[in-house]
Amino acid sequence: MMLSVKNLKVCYGKIEAIKDVSFDVPDGKIVTLIGANGAGKTTTLRALSGLEKCASGTVTLDGRNITNMEAHMLVPLGIAHVPEGRKIFPTLTVKENLELAGWTVKNKKEVKRRMEEVFSIFPRIKERASQLGGTLSGGEQQMLAVGRALVTGGKLLLLDEPSMGLAPVLVDEIFEQIVSINKKGTTILLVEQNAAEALAIADFAYVLEVGYTTLNGTAKEIEANPRVREAYLGV
Amino acid sequence: MTRFKTPKLLITAAVVYGVIQALYSLGIINGYILHIINQSLIYVILAASLNLINGITGQFSLGHMGFAGIGAYVSGTLTTLIFKLNPSIPGSYLLFIVAILAGGLVAALVGFLIGFPSLRLKGDYLAIVTLGFGEIIRTVFNNIEYVGGPRGLLGIPKFSNFTVIFIVTFLSVAVIRNIIQSPHGRAMLSIRENELASELVGINTTRYKVLSFATGAFFAGIAGGLFAHLLQLAHPTQFGFSKSVEILIMIYAGGVGSLTGSIVAAFALTFLSEGLRLGIRALADATGLPIGGEWRMVIYALLLIFIMLFRNEGLMGTKESKVILIEEAD
Repeated sequence: MMLSVKNLKVCYGKIEAIKDVSFDVPDGKIVTLIGANGAGKTTTLRALSGLEKCASGTVTLDGRNITNMEAHMLVPLGIAHVPEGRKIFPTLTVKENLELAGWTVKNKKEVKRRMEEVFSIFPRIKERASQLGGTLSGGEQQMLAVGRALVTGGKLLLLDEPSMGLAPVLVDEIFEQIVSINKKGTTILLVEQNAAEALAIADFAYVLEVGYTTLNGTAKEIEANPRVREAYLGV
Repeated sequence: MTRFKTPKLLITAAVVYGVIQALYSLGIINGYILHIINQSLIYVILAASLNLINGITGQFSLGHMGFAGIGAYVSGTLTTLIFKLNPSIPGSYLLFIVAILAGGLVAALVGFLIGFPSLRLKGDYLAIVTLGFGEIIRTVFNNIEYVGGPRGLLGIPKFSNFTVIFIVTFLSVAVIRNIIQSPHGRAMLSIRENELASELVGINTTRYKVLSFATGAFFAGIAGGLFAHLLQLAHPTQFGFSKSVEILIMIYAGGVGSLTGSIVAAFALTFLSEGLRLGIRALADATGLPIGGEWRMVIYALLLIFIMLFRNEGLMGTKESKVILIEEAD
């Protein structure tokens, strides 16, 4: 099991944003967490990558307990978080954005190799290599953010709303690229409001409701669940 | 803007030094102008070091002069009260250097102590803490009788001459420039760009924020030491909030993140502030208009407003840091 989360609880002050969340992400699979606004999807990802402190519960990565480790310490262990709203370095070029992502990698040749790989997955950002990050379109920034996560050498990609604010045609493109990244061996934990798209590419799915994981199963089962169909798929 | 390699920078500095020294010995520059040049050079250290904190790392410090105060008092106490140095004895310069470095190190230590708790948090906590720190340090100097209390520390030997100040300024700027261009500088820059993202690519942002802050405090302490040994005085009012704001103005007028901008602005604003004093007096004498020296601050403020209106990225802009990074990337 790549990642295993047991009874996770996260508090902002006295408010419990996540009350009891448990799920597993198997090696090489795509797992999605779906849920409404405020269900705790983003908080869950932030807790996994060390940006929030867990009040209780355990997180294990490849059998190693990583609960409450600091974010920058988790990067070399293989957690690559693509945050909500992309968060690229706006006045650095695309190339510099990717180079900085190789910060924890000692072997700079390996960084170059990974950058080439990113450019082959996202030819659009290769064309823009010397352009400033802030001048890219929303979709290109999203590709850059994913590219940066790949350069860190992450084996588990945490994707937070990759489709947010993108034109429908770009959403399809991003999802295709997520699948192709997964086929090359990277495990993916995907958080999405766009439940239909997420379920279409995922292997397993969990439904998050007001801080609890309430349903789980294969993506097919979740997609077929009448409650999910009504609440999240609008059918 | 071309990127200066260190030897080229050294030659440029040597030429500038030679020209000023020659003009002074020929009597073209008088002692007054040389004094303003000395002050400008010290302001260059202050502006460049604050630029490392505010411009490169993107942390907002409002108490930079407080660190200069620590440097001034620590080095002044050492040379005046403890070593009792006399500049006419040649070997005493060695102890002076020790005193200046001690001032810088104590400032850096204090910077670390107040930076560590406030920089672990994200947001504007540093601005609030440094604002308070600047006032606290002033009050502390005011109340220590050993260093003169409200009279200030008097009778500091005059060690800071043009040569000493020039060399120290050159070394400080060179070190700060090298930090900015190193991978460490890049990590600091990425924090300014987006702190969350730099944490997520594995950069220990707390460590680099504290490192940048303590380094900036170190050089401010050095500058304060030079100041004390130039004016032969360390006084609590020299290191208050309004003085810190002057340094802030320099880096914003010169361009956030641009070292060249800091150098240009430190010189321009120091000379401007002195020049306006003379200019206004001359104008009042010539025309008989009832204008006094206080109009200096009006004109000074207007000029700053114009800079912000028509060149809000500062005189030199932020270009420099980008150019350096692109060249490094190749």
